[in-house]
Amino acid sequence: MSDVLVLKSQRFRSEREADWKRLESLLELLETGRMSRLSDDDVIALPVLYRATLSSLSVARSISLDHNLVVYLESLATRAYFFVYGSRTTLGERLLAFFLRDWPAAVRRLWRETLVSTGFCMLGAAVAAVLVNRSPDWFFAFVPSALAAGREPSASSAMLKASLFNHDSRGGLAIFASFLFAHNSQIALFAFALGFACCLPTALLMLYNGFSLGAFVMVFASHGLLLDFLGWTLVHGVTELFAVILAGAAGFHIGWSIAFPRHLSRLDAAAAAGRTAATVMAGVVLMLAMAGMLEGFGRQLIQSTAARYGVATVTAIGWGLYFYRPGRGR
Amino acid sequence: MTAVALNRELVTPEGVDLDIRLADAGERISAFLLDVTIMVAALVGLTVAVIVLARVLPLATGEILNIIWLLGFFLLRNFYFTGFELTSRAATPGKRIVGLRVAMREGSPLTATAIFARNAMRELEIFLPLSFMIVRPGQVDAWIGITGMIWCVVFVFFPLFNRDRLRVGDLVGGTWVVVAPKRILDRDLSTDGASGRVIFSEAALDAYGIKELKILESVLRRRDEATMYAVAARIRTKIKFDQPLPDQEFLSTYYTALRGRLESRLLFGKRRRDKHDKA
Repeated sequence: MSDVLVLKSQRFRSEREADWKRLESLLELLETGRMSRLSDDDVIALPVLYRATLSSLSVARSISLDHNLVVYLESLATRAYFFVYGSRTTLGERLLAFFLRDWPAAVRRLWRETLVSTGFCMLGAAVAAVLVNRSPDWFFAFVPSALAAGREPSASSAMLKASLFNHDSRGGLAIFASFLFAHNSQIALFAFALGFACCLPTALLMLYNGFSLGAFVMVFASHGLLLDFLGWTLVHGVTELFAVILAGAAGFHIGWSIAFPRHLSRLDAAAAAGRTAATVMAGVVLMLAMAGMLEGFGRQLIQSTAARYGVATVTAIGWGLYFYRPGRGR
Repeated sequence: MTAVALNRELVTPEGVDLDIRLADAGERISAFLLDVTIMVAALVGLTVAVIVLARVLPLATGEILNIIWLLGFFLLRNFYFTGFELTSRAATPGKRIVGLRVAMREGSPLTATAIFARNAMRELEIFLPLSFMIVRPGQVDAWIGITGMIWCVVFVFFPLFNRDRLRVGDLVGGTWVVVAPKRILDRDLSTDGASGRVIFSEAALDAYGIKELKILESVLRRRDEATMYAVAARIRTKIKFDQPLPDQEFLSTYYTALRGRLESRLLFGKRRRDKHDKA
């Protein structure tokens, strides 16, 4: 009598359950990062078990009315799918590809946006320089007093000079804070994220960046310290300015693609632009880390203006060759 | 209604539709709040540890605390989400608890740049609105603050205004967030009711369809006395069943019989959706 009642779906389940459980336990190991616990047999079995589970799912959907079973198989198959068709490169390979190919290529692809971004920066610097030159009061409109730290138009030449060549590091914390480069990378990330709003805020941020540069240049120039100031800034400034400009370029790229998606849908255009821009940005954060180190240590250790220009030139040529070396694109 | 609207087709290369579901706004928010809680707890734990250590060792507490907050806040702000989503689970602890994961919209493998892009956008979605909220009076014109807030709110509520529940970050990264919970394979209920002591009439088995079977299954799995009593009473009346059987035994026997009936009709291509279906 009981034989009559044994359902086809019951038999189907009892025949395959062991495979599902094995796949589940393998996934458990993979998902918790204990990949080394997998034997060779397990690794070979994984795709086979995945396909078996997929076919079980199709069958279960058409013959079984056990809801719990179907839901279980769906979730198991989905989990396995993300593994079997997931990314197969290791972290090392990814990093190598990033530095050798992806990053420089992404930066080169944004050459138009980089020019625009540079333009806004320069424009900001020029405007600030002209205005501060005409009336020093403008300085305070461009530079917040916390950043100025006494380096104002009314400061004495001696005091300004001392700010460029002081040996006393401002305590461990100050070096550490600049090493953290936290502020700069936050600004850079903002420039990138804000590009989403059709480029406008990014443009403003780039202008603003230029403003403070221009205002400082003017203050030091009026005391005849222009060369020394540029040396002091450019030690890390070449890397930092370039990084910020690239962040702005990444923002422009996203904003422009969303505003004018051309043949793509707006959504696809945003995703495509996001990929390029994010690659650039990952590198920008690294550049800012380097700039932070140059600022924290390099500037304290190198006290002669000539040597500072040397470092600035080397970094400028280095970045230029790395990104834009002829023949790089092929 | 929403459950249907959030289901998406994900056809594997083998040609099987996995029928994934996108996370709804509530799940996304709970996952995010969990993550925030974890991040704050990490910082607080670190702070307490430093204070305790400073008691023991002669250190300048203030400076170290400052460094830890700067460093901790910076690392968490920028690398918490990206770091966890780069792992093979593709989810932060918050998302893991809620049972979510990040996936590419087109079904291809998730790339590191996509994860970076979707999380870099958090600057715009979380930290910018926050910084507008904690603006000190007199620092910025009130009107600028209010305008800024309104502008930010657009991004905060962005996921509610599109079909796929995409954040701005998802949009730019080409990703979306899907529900991928771990399910446990429960017992097959039909083995309980296979005693074969009761035989139902054909009319009794034609009283219900697949929808009702699914409800009966959930009732039996929950094993709530009151619900089982109510459901058993309804079914007894409907199929005019008057044998004295305990509720649970009656329900599981009927479940097995009904499932057997519906499944065998399924094999002949007749899927009876619910009790009103004449198939």
